[in-house]
Order: sequence, then structure tokens, then C-alpha cells
Amino acid sequence: MPAPIRLRELIRTIRTARTQAEEREMIQKECAAIRSSFREEDNTYRCRNVAKLLYMHMLGYPAHFGQLECLKLIASQKFTDKRIGYLGAMLLLDERQDVHLLMTNCIKNDLNHSTQYVQGLALCTLGCMGSSEMCRDLAGEVEKLLKTSNSYLRKKAALCAVHVIRKVPELMEMFLPATKNLLSEKNHGVLHTSVVLLTEMCERSPDMLLHFRKLVPQLVRILKNLIMSGYSPEHDVSGISDPFLQVRILRLLRILGRSDDDSSEAMNDILAQVATNTETSKNVGNAILYETVLTIMDIKSESGLRVLAINILGRFLLNNDKNIRYVALTSLLKTVQTDHNAVQRHRSTIVDCLKDLDVSIKRRAMELSFALVNGNNIRGMMKELLYFLDSCDPEFKADCASGVFLAAEKYAPSKRWHIDTIMRVLTTAGSYVRDDSVPNLIQLITNSVEMHAYTVQRLYKALLDDISQQPLVQVSSWCIGEYGDLLVSGQCEEEEPIQVTEDEVLDVLEGLLVSNLSAPVTRGYSLTAIMKLSTRFSSVNRIKKVVSIYGSSIDVELQQRAVEYNALFKKYDHMRPALLERMPIMEKTASNGPTEIVQTNGETEASMPDTKHLPLVTQPANQANDLLDLLGGNDVVPVIQTTLPTKPASAGGELLDLLGDLSLSGDPAPAPSVPISQPPFLLDGLSSQPLFNDTSAAIPPMTAYSKNGLKIELTFERTNPNPNIAVITIHATNTTEADMTEFVFQAAVPKTFQLQLLSPSSNIVPALNQGSVTQVIRVLNPQKQQLRMRVKLTYTHKGSPVQDLAEVNNFPPQSWQ
Amino acid sequence: MQFMLLFSRQGKLRLQKWYVPLSDKEKKKITRELVQTVLARKPKMCSFLEWRDLKVVYKRYASLYFCCAIENQDNELITLEIIHRYVELLDKYFGSVCELDIIFNFEKAYFILDEFLLGGEAQDTSKKNVLKAIEQADLLQEPRHEYFNVPVY
Repeated sequence: MPAPIRLRELIRTIRTARTQAEEREMIQKECAAIRSSFREEDNTYRCRNVAKLLYMHMLGYPAHFGQLECLKLIASQKFTDKRIGYLGAMLLLDERQDVHLLMTNCIKNDLNHSTQYVQGLALCTLGCMGSSEMCRDLAGEVEKLLKTSNSYLRKKAALCAVHVIRKVPELMEMFLPATKNLLSEKNHGVLHTSVVLLTEMCERSPDMLLHFRKLVPQLVRILKNLIMSGYSPEHDVSGISDPFLQVRILRLLRILGRSDDDSSEAMNDILAQVATNTETSKNVGNAILYETVLTIMDIKSESGLRVLAINILGRFLLNNDKNIRYVALTSLLKTVQTDHNAVQRHRSTIVDCLKDLDVSIKRRAMELSFALVNGNNIRGMMKELLYFLDSCDPEFKADCASGVFLAAEKYAPSKRWHIDTIMRVLTTAGSYVRDDSVPNLIQLITNSVEMHAYTVQRLYKALLDDISQQPLVQVSSWCIGEYGDLLVSGQCEEEEPIQVTEDEVLDVLEGLLVSNLSAPVTRGYSLTAIMKLSTRFSSVNRIKKVVSIYGSSIDVELQQRAVEYNALFKKYDHMRPALLERMPIMEKTASNGPTEIVQTNGETEASMPDTKHLPLVTQPANQANDLLDLLGGNDVVPVIQTTLPTKPASAGGELLDLLGDLSLSGDPAPAPSVPISQPPFLLDGLSSQPLFNDTSAAIPPMTAYSKNGLKIELTFERTNPNPNIAVITIHATNTTEADMTEFVFQAAVPKTFQLQLLSPSSNIVPALNQGSVTQVIRVLNPQKQQLRMRVKLTYTHKGSPVQDLAEVNNFPPQSWQ
Repeated sequence: MQFMLLFSRQGKLRLQKWYVPLSDKEKKKITRELVQTVLARKPKMCSFLEWRDLKVVYKRYASLYFCCAIENQDNELITLEIIHRYVELLDKYFGSVCELDIIFNFEKAYFILDEFLLGGEAQDTSKKNVLKAIEQADLLQEPRHEYFNVPVY
């Protein structure tokens, strides 16, 4: 058989292929030749064939049949073979396949080889792709090499040890003795890799951290030498001596100085020195400054140093280099909470970054801007932010709008300003605002009593211009429904009143009903608004007609409303004025913005407000049916504010609020006397108890699941007025050394229960118990049966998806009794 | 560092070094998506982007993109220096390196990378030392052909 073609020849040939098909053909031919060559156990050309195979693998073609050949090459005595063999192993083998374990023995032998370059190959391969089993078997050899005097091997052994520790954390102790003299090395390679090793050990183990804290003076000394020493051609990069080592030392100092006053003090001087003396004209210098800033902010540094750090970041912001600006914004975002005033000084620069072309920079500048808004700068900042909202990409609009709302709510200098700002947001980014902003706005508008006329006038005008942005349309319809009388009466103090007739208003509202642009929810709003106007306008007949037409609408929602309103006209006309009267001032609920942790899926989380008086609300539609039962006269029925679990299913469902306007609804309950298509709203007791969630009664927490390092604990609370609802919070923690990402918790309960799952705090469970994911579950248990739950967990761990089902039966009796 | 990818402006992969264990399928998917994302970036944009839960640092040298994925605690700016150092090493070794050098001598590019980085971290911060080690290792290759140091395969 002729000698197989050379590697370069093959590469050249394949590159001449003009189509994918041609290339595939060439590859297949060559693969066939290689396969038969392998079958013949040809030692001479094995190396060449595997090299070719690796090339083809890089192009994307399968090469698994070469795996064993790689192992044979590794076992060969020839250096050329070993080199290609180890390369092949790193590219083709992975720890999932048992085949890789065959390498262990070869690596062991090579670790003890007489030639250091062979030892180097083995260390490299082990440190790159060694599996836990391999690491366990070979840790001893690595440890030995860590103590050798050969610096070429020592530096590689240190990094290999890092990998071993990552794979098998229990082996960390083993390397401790070898670390004794690592820092006294002169060789920069060994120094650098030793610092990496020490960093890894300190990050993983608090004991190691304590142990190595005594190295701080030595590290400071090394760093000092690097800065003060003259030009060293070997390690110089643009005039700076070994920046890589400097950065790593700074990072280790950060870890050692964190939450320790003495160490922090010991490094104060050197940090100040690095911060002031480093050349900033090139990226290298800035890299060191960046690391220094991160260290200063993380340790217990004195305030002068912190201000120095923030000023460095401020200077970064003015740098022409985008990368530097990006890095500055990221760091400032991390420090804005703790060093607020210092960051405020750079506000104008940050706001300028909103106009940057780079998406990442814009996003950071936006987040930072929101963090910097306060009572003093609100007007100026809002101007900039609104301008940004106008011109930014759609991906930003939702977050920006939420941020604007939040900031406006906190710092609005006047009600009129507030309403103007909101209107501006609705008109420019109306379709991107979150669902819960509509009820929030309505509440805000209701509460600004003196602005009603102005608001409704502006909203009406906006509606005339554009009916495509649903949130705007919804708020407008609601307002017109409420304050239509002010609109037509032409009273407006804040601006020139417009002349509008009742018919014109009704035209607009009816237009919304028929328009294709209106979402079903919007139609609902508009029909209700028309209905409300029946008590405010005189053209009642026209309204009656509209309402009766929609009594036969195909849309079930509209039909139901229309039928109920019709009933109001016919049988309960005496109740109509009371039912449709002006909304009273509502209590504020907590609003959510981009910088706050969102607890719900865009539902308004009615965090139990501190109510001293009854939250009185009239809900015409729902109440119509329930009132038939209770025979309420002109009474207004109090409703307790809680979120509505409309679906008994497990996932947190959307809030299908009937009116969509208020976050008020009762709990669903089996009130079967009135046949309604939707789950009926229970007017939960006519009790006037304030709704507090403070009875976290002595229900003991329990562990619901503990497997593969994932632990789920449940804690319980009881909502006061309704003992049938249990509020359970899950806490998910992770004891393994890798994060669990894309973590999703799902639960299902037997039919007699109803369950609502709110949004989780995040979906990454950090490794080594560094944090937890929490999620709130509400379970309605009217029949007081024993609570049982089936849970399904899905997450990704170390790159592979994991799924598990479990039954939770051991709920403490107090949680369901 | 979790991985390093080198690819051309047409999206062809020239080198892939993975420091985390992933299946072939996952590697292909990540490569495909990341290459697309980076190639879509405009020239004026900064060298960093957030991708999945990683930070990605990339830099273009002539027709090749050098792209690294680093962890959240890693320093982006020094990663740019690492990339630059690798390019300098290649340049010194091949003498004014260009993409073709890396295509036809990909295994050497790997050898150089493996002498510079181990497990995703720099082994030696001295350019001279890394190049010396490569030179010495090349000398060990056998048998030698009519040209000194030309590999036999």
C-alpha cells in the first residue's frame, strides 16, 4: 500500500474543493484510507494519519474512530508520536467516555519520563482534560512534580494541581505542604502559576484562606519589586514589568484582604502606589488599574483609597477606548450602592454614555443612570432618560420604561410632572411597558385628585392621535370612563381646556371597541368605560344601545360584561349610580422596577399594605352576580387585596384580572350558587381585618428534597384572614462545586387543592451554598386535607441537563390543618 | 478561561481549545452560536460581550478572530493581553504569521498554545521562555527530514 499522503498535502487538496459536496467526498475518501491504515496497525504512519484526522475533525467531520489510535500514539516511544497523540487526546477524547481512562497509565509513565518535554505534555493533557478519576489516580505524581526544582515542570505542575483541585476538591489538602516555598521562587512562570494555585485554594476553602493570609506581606513585597524594579526585557510589556503577574497578585490580595482589617491595612500602601504610578496610555496599564480598583473596592480599604478608585473609574469613562469605558461602567454599577456620592460626581459622563453606539455600554449606562437618580437631579436625569427611551433599541425599551416609572414614583417633584412623564413614556414606548404599569398608573392618577381634569384631557388628546399602543389606550379609556364628566365640562386649570361633546367621547370609545388594533383586554376597558359614563353623561340611551349590542358579541369576555351591564340597566337601575360612582383613593402597592427584585410575572404583587381603613373598591361586573346573593343595597362590599390564582395549575399563571385595572380580587372559592364561566371571585368574608402576613406561625421548616447536592427546604407562613391558604417559600441550595443553571421548580397538587407559583428569585443555584434560589408557592386548601405535592426539578449541572421528580408528603400538620 | 476559538471572517474554525468538559454536540452548538454573534458585531463595538452566563473577549487580527470565554471573576483587559501575547508568540515562531500559517500548521499552533496556557491560565509570562521551550521540543521530533525541523507528517 502506498504511503498515506502527507498532512499538508491533504490540507491543500481539501482547500481546492469548490463545493461542500466535493469537500465531503474528498474527506470520505481519505477517511476510508485512514481507516484501513489503522486496521493494518501501521506504526510508521499512524502519527500522520491521526494528524490528518484532527484536521478533518476541525472541519466538523466525525473522527471518533481515531480515539484508540491516539492512545497508541501516546504509548509510543517517539516524541513526535506522543505530541500528536496527546493533542488528539485533548481534541477527541472526553471524560464522558470510559476510553479516556486508558490514558491514565500512559500519563503516569510520562509524568516520570526522563525528558522534561514529555513530562510537560503529560502535565498539560492532565491539566486540560483530566477527569475526576484520572485526577485521583495521578494527584500524587502531580504533587511530586510540584516540589521539583525544575521550574519548567514546577510551573506546569502548579496549574495541573489547580485542575485537580477543581475536579476533586477533597484532594486540596494534599497539595498544602508543597505550597510552602512557592512564593520564594525567582522564576516568574512559577510565581505566576503559584499565585493561581493559591488563589484557587483560598477561594475554595475558608481554612486555606486563613492559613494563607500570612502570605500578604510577601505578596506585597513581590508586587513592590515588580513596580520598582527597572526595565526587565524578559517580562516587559509596553514598559510595565510582568503585568500578568501583577494582576494575579492583586486578585489574590483581594481575596485575602476581604473582610479582614489587618490584611487590608497591610496592602493599603501598595494599592495606592499601583493606582498612582501605573502608566495608563496602553491597555496593559489599564488592566492593572482595573484589577487594583476591584481589589480596593472589595477589601476593607480606607475611604481615601476608595475615592481614589472611583476617580480612576471616572477617568476610565473619559477614555477613548471603548473597552475601558465598558469596564468602568461595569465596575461603577457594582459600587454605586456602597459609594453612592463618589459615583454621583461622574453622573454627567455616565449620562453621555447613553449615546454610545455600543449596545453593552448603553445598557450599563442606563442601569447606572437609574441607580443615580435622586430627588435633586430627577428633572435633568429624566430628560436624558426620556430622550434615551425615544431613540433606543426595542430591547431596552421595556426596562427603561419600568425604570422611568420607578424613578418618577420615588422622586417626582410634582404631580403634574409625574403625570406628564408617564404620558410621555406611554406615547413613546407604549407597547413596551410592562403589564403591571397600567394598574399602577391608574392608581397614581386616582390619587392625584386635583389633576383629574388635566389628565383626562391629555389622555383624550393622546387617544385621538394614536390608538395602537395598548397600555396607553387602556389607561385612557379607564380615565375617560372615570372622569368623562370633567372632560366635557371643559374645566381644566393646568392648560387650555378643549371643547369636547359627549358624543365625540362616545365615538372615540366605540371606535376602540371595533378597531382591529385593540386587544381584547382593551375592548373590555372601553366597554366598562362606556358603561361608567352612563352615570356621568346624559346620553344614556346611546350607551344602552352599545351595551346591548355587545350582549351578543363573540368575545366571551365582552359578552359577559355586556350582559351584566344590561342587567344593571334593566333590573338594578337603582344600584347603578352607586356602583358606577367615582373610585376612591386607593392604597399604594409596591411597584416593581428593573433594579428591584421582581417577585411576580408582571402581576401586581399586592404586598400587604398597611391599611388602617377598609380598601373600598367597587367592581361592577363581578359584583353584579355576587350581589344577587348578598342582596346588598347601595352597600359597597369590601374586598381584600390579594393576587388572584385563577388557574389551579402549577406554573405561575398570568393574572387574568377581569377589569385588568386594579390589583384587587378575592380568592377563588367554591361558591357554586351563581353559575359563572370563570372561577368566581370570592368576597372573602366581610371582615375588615387588615391583611397582614405576619403570622409566620411556629410551623417548622422542612426539607422537601435532598439529592445530588441539591437541597430544597420549605418554610411556611399563614395569611391571616384566610386560614385555608398556606404560603410556602422554597429555598434551593447547592452543595456541589458547580453552579446549577436554568433551574426550574414545578409543583403539582391533588385536585382538592389549588396552587399558585410565583416567580423565582433567579434560576441559577450557586455552587457551594453561596446563595439560594427562593420561590413562593401559595396553596389553597379549603377542605383542610393533608397537603401532598409532587415536584419536578430541572436544571443544568456541569453542562448536562438533570431532571428529577419527587413526592413531598411529610408536610408538618400545622401547614394544612 | 473556559475556551478559546479562532475563526476566520467567513466563520471557518481554525483552532478550538476547550478547558471545560462538554460533549461534541454542545461544543458545535456553542461554536456556531458564538461565531455568529461575534461576526455580527460592528467594528466600532467594544471587545467584550456577555453571552449566556459567560464573558466573551474577542479581538480581530487581520482575517482571524481570536475569541475567549472567561469567567465572571476574570479580568477582561488582561485577557486581551493574553490574546495579544499568543499572537506575538505565533508571529515570532512563524515569522510574520498569517492565517495560512495557522491553517497549514494548525498542530503547531496548538503546541504553542499548550506551551503558553495550561488549564486556561498562563504558564509563563516570558515570551522568550515559551519560544525556547517550543524550539527545544521541536528538536526532539524524529526522524528529521531533509529540512531541519520539518515534521515528518
